[in-house]
Amino acid sequence: MRAALALLAGMLAAPAHAETLIASLSTSRVAITSNYTGAAIVVFGSIERDAQTVARAGPYDIVVTVRGPRGTVVVREKAPMGPIWLNRDQQHFPDAPLYAAVLSSRPVEQVTTDQLRARFRVGLQAIVNAPDFTASRAGADRAFRDAFLRLQKRDRLYIESARGVTFLTSTLFRAPVPIPAIAPPGNYEVDVILFSDNVMLSRNQTNFELVKIGFEQQVAAMAREWSILYGVAVAAVALMFGWIASVIFRRD
Amino acid sequence: MQLYLPIAEIPVSVLLILAMGAAVGFISGLFGIGGGFLMTPLLIFLGIPAAIAVGTQQAQIAASSTTSALAAWRRDAIDLKLAAFLLGGGFIGTLLGVLFFALMRRAGQLELVIVLSYVSLFTVVGGLMLKESVTEFWRSRRGIARPVRRAGEHPAYLGLPFRMRFPRSKLYASVIPILGLALFVGFAGAVLGIGGGFIMVPALLYLFRVPPAIVVGTSQFHILWTTVAATVLHSVVNDAVDVVLALMLIAGGVFGAQFGARAGRNLRAEVFRFLLALLVLAVGLRFAIELVLRPAEPFSLQIVEIRP
Repeated sequence: MRAALALLAGMLAAPAHAETLIASLSTSRVAITSNYTGAAIVVFGSIERDAQTVARAGPYDIVVTVRGPRGTVVVREKAPMGPIWLNRDQQHFPDAPLYAAVLSSRPVEQVTTDQLRARFRVGLQAIVNAPDFTASRAGADRAFRDAFLRLQKRDRLYIESARGVTFLTSTLFRAPVPIPAIAPPGNYEVDVILFSDNVMLSRNQTNFELVKIGFEQQVAAMAREWSILYGVAVAAVALMFGWIASVIFRRD
Repeated sequence: MQLYLPIAEIPVSVLLILAMGAAVGFISGLFGIGGGFLMTPLLIFLGIPAAIAVGTQQAQIAASSTTSALAAWRRDAIDLKLAAFLLGGGFIGTLLGVLFFALMRRAGQLELVIVLSYVSLFTVVGGLMLKESVTEFWRSRRGIARPVRRAGEHPAYLGLPFRMRFPRSKLYASVIPILGLALFVGFAGAVLGIGGGFIMVPALLYLFRVPPAIVVGTSQFHILWTTVAATVLHSVVNDAVDVVLALMLIAGGVFGAQFGARAGRNLRAEVFRFLLALLVLAVGLRFAIELVLRPAEPFSLQIVEIRP
């Protein structure tokens, strides 16, 4: 009982000086329907202060990091062999987010130090340069990590925006997260971090789901679980269309 | 209007796919070919994953060859006995092709295999067709008759063991080269997303001397069933058939083919063969250029597996 009281007192005392971060999403579930062409999720948040909160010298900085479903990615490099170009060297990224967006109120380099960015994986560079991101190899490794980031950025699957977070008041902010149509369905983690003067003050994590629903979901499920039936059905539909065409356009 | 493809997991423009289907259908109707060799590269160029382009295209070819095979059936222009042997080889070839496809996809060399095969197959076949059509043209101009084939004179490969009579095709030949040809066409078709009519038709015509009236119908019949097999196998082994994309391609292709067939009736046979040869050769060269030029981006990225 005494221990519990002490713990409670400690819990009340410890965060007294720090800000509380509250974050919420415009939706927790994005549905992929037949006319899906990508989506935009908005992260809303507020920085709560109380009487004990110390005054901050610098402004607040918010960094919103969204990570999509993870997967194994292979990056391959073409090299000439005789007269032709073919894939030679390759590197595996065994647990890479297939989508990542880093939105901040200032360039992440200005928000906090290199060490803290590396430690908390703040910014696309920090995510891609993480030691466990790929099986590191001396020398060649660098080019593959760079290529991974470049290719993902090209497809708008990795996004970094230094103006992605807008402060509506000094404590209220919003950050629109663009999800391109080719982003894979699955679970998306949203990580909101509050910084001030290079120091991480508070952190809030939430998530949303990108899911196929209705017809899209049924087709995908059937193709996965009943692939023989699905294949036969597609072939039957093709045969039927061919037959209908021969009836409609019969010339003899 | 954009439509989301449930298997490819990307949205595509419906009008664009229908227009492509119609354009390729028109060409295929014009020349009496499947058109897979034009459509599959176009789909890959559009950003459809190569595996899904190849797998889905099989369904489209199955639909278009059904229409032509039914027409041939009504004209009684199919040698069913020959077709049965072709199908035997074709099914084995298709199965091997789909498995090879899955293997290469896992090894990350699928793109290279497709490009290399397009280059070699299309430049060789296109070149042969061009040579044939040009010599034919000069012969007819100078009035030189084609050398007449004498009775009992035939190439050695027809005399291999297991000879069999195919009365409809006026053919007495070993089944080994027939099965071999069908196996090769089935294999190439499953790997490249083509029907293979442009290999099968000239091979039956020139290598086996099957009468022209029988060749096209028999080849269409063979393609119909090998592509049906390939559609099922690609969806089982590679999860690579998108039904929504297939329906759009079929709808566009069916209409395009009808107009193409109408336009084709006004085309002279020599001109027609010459143009087809140029078309096949052009596709081969297009891929050859891709293979030898320094790529703008030497790196490529492939998602091997998505964790749920």
